[in-house]
Order: sequence, then C-alpha cells, then structure tokens
Amino acid sequence: MSSPGTRAAGMKNDYRARNHPAYWAFIVHRVSGLLLTLFLPLHFWALGQAFHGAAGLDGFLAWTQHPLVKFAETGLVLLLAAHMSGGLRLLLIEFLDWRERQKSLLAVAAGLTLACGLAFLLNLV
Amino acid sequence: MQTLKVRIWRGAENGAFQEFEVPRLESQTVLDVVTHVQRKCDPTLAYRFACRVGVCGSCAMTVNGQSRWTCRTHVDKVAENGTVEIAPLRNLPVVRDLVTDMREFFDKWAKARGRFTGSKTRKDDFERVSPESKERKRVDAGIECIGCGVCYSACDVVSWNRDYLGPAALNRAWTLVNDVRDTAQAERLAAVAGDAGCHACHTHTNCTERCPKGLSPTAGIAGLKRAVLSATLSGKI
Amino acid sequence: MSQRSEVLLWGAQRVSAMVLALCVGVHLVTMIIAVRSGLSGAEILGRTQGNVAWFAFYTLFVIAVSVHAPIGLRTILGETLGWRGSATNLLIAVSGVILALWGMRAVFAVFGGGQA
Repeated sequence: MSSPGTRAAGMKNDYRARNHPAYWAFIVHRVSGLLLTLFLPLHFWALGQAFHGAAGLDGFLAWTQHPLVKFAETGLVLLLAAHMSGGLRLLLIEFLDWRERQKSLLAVAAGLTLACGLAFLLNLV
Repeated sequence: MQTLKVRIWRGAENGAFQEFEVPRLESQTVLDVVTHVQRKCDPTLAYRFACRVGVCGSCAMTVNGQSRWTCRTHVDKVAENGTVEIAPLRNLPVVRDLVTDMREFFDKWAKARGRFTGSKTRKDDFERVSPESKERKRVDAGIECIGCGVCYSACDVVSWNRDYLGPAALNRAWTLVNDVRDTAQAERLAAVAGDAGCHACHTHTNCTERCPKGLSPTAGIAGLKRAVLSATLSGKI
Repeated sequence: MSQRSEVLLWGAQRVSAMVLALCVGVHLVTMIIAVRSGLSGAEILGRTQGNVAWFAFYTLFVIAVSVHAPIGLRTILGETLGWRGSATNLLIAVSGVILALWGMRAVFAVFGGGQA
C-alpha cells in the first residue's frame, strides 16, 4: 500500500458531487470546530484577566461593547451552537441505528443553532 | 433533428474533454450516448459496459460531476442546457477515456476481509438464521451491493487518504460481521479498524446519496465503528 | 501509531463529545442569561468566585475540550495538509497539554482571582 497520507489516484470530485445537506453539515462542523479551537486560547486569556479582580475583567469587557465585537460574539455563539447540534447529530447516527431520520436530524440541528444565535442576539442588544 | 452536446473525457488523467454532437432521442440514456459516439463518431473511444440494464454495475462513470450508472441515467434527468459531461469514475487510476483501473477498489474488499469464513462442511445441516433476527435484518440492508464502485468514486475520505478501505468494502465487512455463521469476526474487526478503516469515515454520506441500489454504507460503517470500539475495549482485538 | 491507539483516540473524541454536549448546553444557557443585563466583571465573579460547583463544572469542561479539540485538529492536519506521523502526534499531544493548562489557569482565575 501507499505511504500514509497519500491521496488517492485518479481524478477528483468537485462541488457537484458534494452539493447535498449532509456535506454542508460536514463543512459547518469542520470549519466551526477549527475556528472554536483557535478562539479557545483567546477566551482563556480573557478569563485570566480575573486574576486582577473584577476590574481586570471589566477592562476587557469594555472592549466587548464595540458593535463589531458584539457581532463577532454572536458569530461565536452560532459556531458553538452549530458545532454542538451538528455533533449531537453525528453521535446519534454513529451510536444508534437511526439512518432514516438523518435528514430530519439535520433540520433539528440547524433549527437549534439558529435558536441559540437568536436568543443570544436578542438578549445582547 | 434535435441534438445533444456531449463532452467526453479522452486520454488518461492528464487528458481533456472532447466535444461531440449526437442526435437527441426519446428515453435516451447516457450509456446510449456513449455507445453512439463510439460507433458513429470515434471508434477509438474506450468505455465499459455489459448488461445495459442495471444488473452488472460495469458502466459506472461520472456524469455532470456525479458518479452514476450510465445505463440507468436518462439524459432528460441530467442534461444541463442541452449538454452532458461524461468522465471516468473518480479516485481510481484512469486507464484511458472512460475506463478506470479498479484493482485498488477490489483489493480493498479482500483487505477488509470481505469473504465468508465458515466452520461447517457439506456434511453438516443448514444453519438456521431467522429472517426476523436483528443480525439478519442488518445483512439484508447491505447485501444487495454489486460492487460498481460508484460509492468509492463519490467518497471524499478515499480522496484524502488513499489507504481508506472505502464504503463498499466496509459495507461488505458489516454484512459479514452480522453473519452469525462466520468464524473470523475478530480478524475482520481488526482489519476494518482505525485510520484506514471505518473510523476515518466523516458521515459525509456521499456514498449513501449516490448508491444506485439505495443502500446506506454510512449506516454499516457506523455499526462497524461501534463494533470495533467495543471489541477494542474488551481486548478482543 | 498502532491501530488500537487510533480506535481509542476515536473513542476518546466521542466520549469527550458527549461530555461537551452537556457542558456546551449549560454554557450556552448561562451566556444567554448572563448577557441579558450586560456583562460585568463583578457579575461574572459573583457567580464563580469560591463556588465549588462552578469550579468542578469548568474543570470538567476544560479537560473535555482539551481531549476533543486536539484530536479533531489532528484529523484536519492529516486530511488537509497530509501531516501524519509521530511528529504531528507529538505536536498534537503537546498542544493538548498546553490547552488544558491554559484553560485551568482561566478556571483558577475566575474561582479565586482578585481575592488572593
């Protein structure tokens, strides 16, 4: 066999082979997972400001009043909700015999994500 | 007479599309189109087919970017602006034009221990397996695979990891994992474990979307993931 | 990496996912409620400082994510960049440990910060 990591021989698929809901769900899961992973160290850094007491946190929180930052925060909530609900869908598919419900699971995951994002946004502004 | 514009892949992987014009007929399949081109336009066109009616699985190709059986694909269904693009299956070395080398695909069935291993001889009585049993129903759900390679061609995980066994071989392994007569279960689970096996699957469901038989290799692969994990945790493999 | 390790890594990512599903659910609800009256340092610390239950919750959260995220990153590196092998595995293991330590620093900060 080929060495690990080698790509398959032959021609490759393009978007036309991938244009279906479960594949979009995969893209959302991968991108949200990656962005959340990159965000985590920043998040932990911000919380670390609490070593300087409430004032330390407030110094950071003042910055989050900026509308652009609020917009980005809502984006992060959407990413988190999307990764969680999409992940729950994967766990249900992988650990239960549930394949007929795949499509409805996708709709539920999307709905849950939007509901979380909206609830956050409405409370934020 | 109405015509259809066809773009057909010529040459090996570094080839290019060649354009043909063929008469547009009623109830025309993509295989009819390819056959017309080979007989009337260019006899050097290489392609594979046998039964023409969706039994053998030889005529799988990439039609407008999607892996399909050309014999069961009507031009009506796939033509975009009077054009059809026909290319060889993905993820397999291209021999020439529309013909791929399918050895890797079939070798992986063997690697996934896709053959039955029993303990009985011809002198023993038949094993009785209830059609109602959970195992038998799982076998039924995956057993109709004819090995056409459409799922393998559609799978991105195969593209990203050449060693990945792929949906068809894993689906076959799952039907045998559920065969209560089989005696090579631990070896089979070990064969389909890990990074080149079932755990590499990302549930894109490209295979399930494209399977011309309506099977769901994704469901079988999910079953393998669980079976391999529990065999690993219990020290059986 | 042995096949057995690959299977166990897959299992660890799924188990941590199950834990994270609960943690993220709580986290989302907390956030949505907390931002209602505007975030302030005093409000956050009032909830977390000296509270053993929140400390235990966030500790579990940090450990679960430090297992989950590096395994996912490893898959992405392998599939997207073709980085597979012991150097990548080491990089991933180290990043997991650093993430856990960095996260625990944050947990200690909101549990006892400003008081010590």
